[in-house]
Amino acid sequence: MEFITELFQYMTRNWDLLLDLAIEHLIMVLIGVGMALVVGVTLGIICARFKKVAGVILSIANIIQIIPSLALLAILMVYFGLGFYTVVVGLFLYSLMPIIRNTYVGLKEVDKSISEAGRGLGMTSMQLLSKVQLPLALPFLMAGLRVAAVIAVGVAALAPMIGGDGLGREIFAGINTMNDIRIYAGAIPAALLAIFADVILGFFEKYTKRKTSPAT
Amino acid sequence: MIQLKAVEKRYDDGFVALKDINLELHSGHINVLIGPSGCGKTTTMKMLNRLINPTSGEIYIKDKEISTMNPVELRRQIGYVIQHIGLFPHMTIAQNVSVVPKLLKWEKGKTKERVDELLEMVGLDPSIYRDRYPSELSGGQQQRIGVIRALAAEPDIILMDEPFSALDPISREQLQNELVDLQKKVKKTIVFVTHDMDEALKIADRIIIMQEGTIVQNDTPEEVLRRPKNDFVRDFIGTNRLHKSDELPPLQELLNEKMVTADMNMGFARAVSVMRRQKVDSLLVVNEEKRLEGYVSIFDVIDNYEEEAMSLADILKRVEHVLTRDQTVEEGLTLMTEHQLSYVPVIGENETLLGVITRGTIVVDERYVHTNS
Repeated sequence: MEFITELFQYMTRNWDLLLDLAIEHLIMVLIGVGMALVVGVTLGIICARFKKVAGVILSIANIIQIIPSLALLAILMVYFGLGFYTVVVGLFLYSLMPIIRNTYVGLKEVDKSISEAGRGLGMTSMQLLSKVQLPLALPFLMAGLRVAAVIAVGVAALAPMIGGDGLGREIFAGINTMNDIRIYAGAIPAALLAIFADVILGFFEKYTKRKTSPAT
Repeated sequence: MIQLKAVEKRYDDGFVALKDINLELHSGHINVLIGPSGCGKTTTMKMLNRLINPTSGEIYIKDKEISTMNPVELRRQIGYVIQHIGLFPHMTIAQNVSVVPKLLKWEKGKTKERVDELLEMVGLDPSIYRDRYPSELSGGQQQRIGVIRALAAEPDIILMDEPFSALDPISREQLQNELVDLQKKVKKTIVFVTHDMDEALKIADRIIIMQEGTIVQNDTPEEVLRRPKNDFVRDFIGTNRLHKSDELPPLQELLNEKMVTADMNMGFARAVSVMRRQKVDSLLVVNEEKRLEGYVSIFDVIDNYEEEAMSLADILKRVEHVLTRDQTVEEGLTLMTEHQLSYVPVIGENETLLGVITRGTIVVDERYVHTNS
């Protein structure tokens, strides 16, 4: 009980610092996942269009995913040096796989007869993609984005190891000074951020799913 | 309007889907392409909007060779209704119907008017259905939308790929009727693919029967029925229309037990009233034991109408032609044909009346359509 009051006191005393760290944390995640979204969706579309490339792209993304996050960040540090952007690149790479895979699966799942109807009515391939196939793949894509975002919030906590900031700074400060209150002061907001991302994106996922429910 | 000249389709694996197809499709008519699966009917249809390209040969639409046209623009001029309905589930009904007008960059107001007009044409109230999603509609309603989506941009040609095959029999029947009615109004050139001979006979102006990539017969439904070109066509009509013809069910099965009978002592006024209400022109007269005594026609009754003391017993005529329970349907048919009868009573032991068989019940049982003719 005493511990909780102390933690609460610490957090209220330092709320401006914690808020700054949380915002920074969020920005890293947003940039990393945002980039992954653009690149991942593009690669997902390429996978769905060209079967031969699909294997290559998906295996590479899979390999990246398998590397432990700390190791990946360490490797990136060798090439990009310490700092904010190294973290962002790490988050970007880590978020790619769920987004590529889900875009690919979502596009594959689009009913062939619906695509044929679009083509038969005179849509160009771009129109078919933007007006029919992507909107129908959206629930899958959103699920991928959700997974990517939750993972990224977790991985971003490692940022201070390679010179980044964010809530990880508070956690590592706590570890270094053997101060468990500071560890919690960093970890709890980080966990809340992850839950927050999960709930918000989960809501959008459900919303898109309702919109695209099949026609039978 | 549509002409195919020496069209051939050969796939990379050597399979020849179409061999030397020469075909002219009639403008303003429903042209039905029919045949067993793999006969090339769908391939032929999909060549018309270049979803499939021929290996060799030429296809002309309005005197233009279509391989010289941009496929996307060609398709926007041709309506297309697919087998699995293929509505876009994420778009409302109005958005689905206006896909092609939007692609053609119609004005918004014009598109909206057109959507409402089309919805009304198929009996769906625009104010209710405009903003619904396809999943909120029944299968039959969905395919109505599929059909009007194809009509939206007022194409002269509409391709329909087994459009009603996924529907339940009742909806299918309804949509076939509606299509025939609709066609009377819109007079499009419709190319309709099916494997169902009943459907073809019902809706077609022209039936094009295909087999293994060739056209076997291209005629009106009447001609196809009367003069099937060869055994394949005969079989094809037959398998769909006479599929159990070698196994005739007993008379019992076609027996109509709801014939209109009357008692011997019924007065004429009542007899007329019964006939009027039942919409028949004669009554079978039976005694208390249901024994068939004879029949009276409306004319006999009216001739004697003034004789209030008389009853049916006084004017009935003997039934000359009856069938017994163990006779066959063919014997009944022969009897009706020879003596120009519209029905024959069927009697059991002690001449009790069991029922009648009529031309109607036999013709309705489609297995007999051809044995009858």
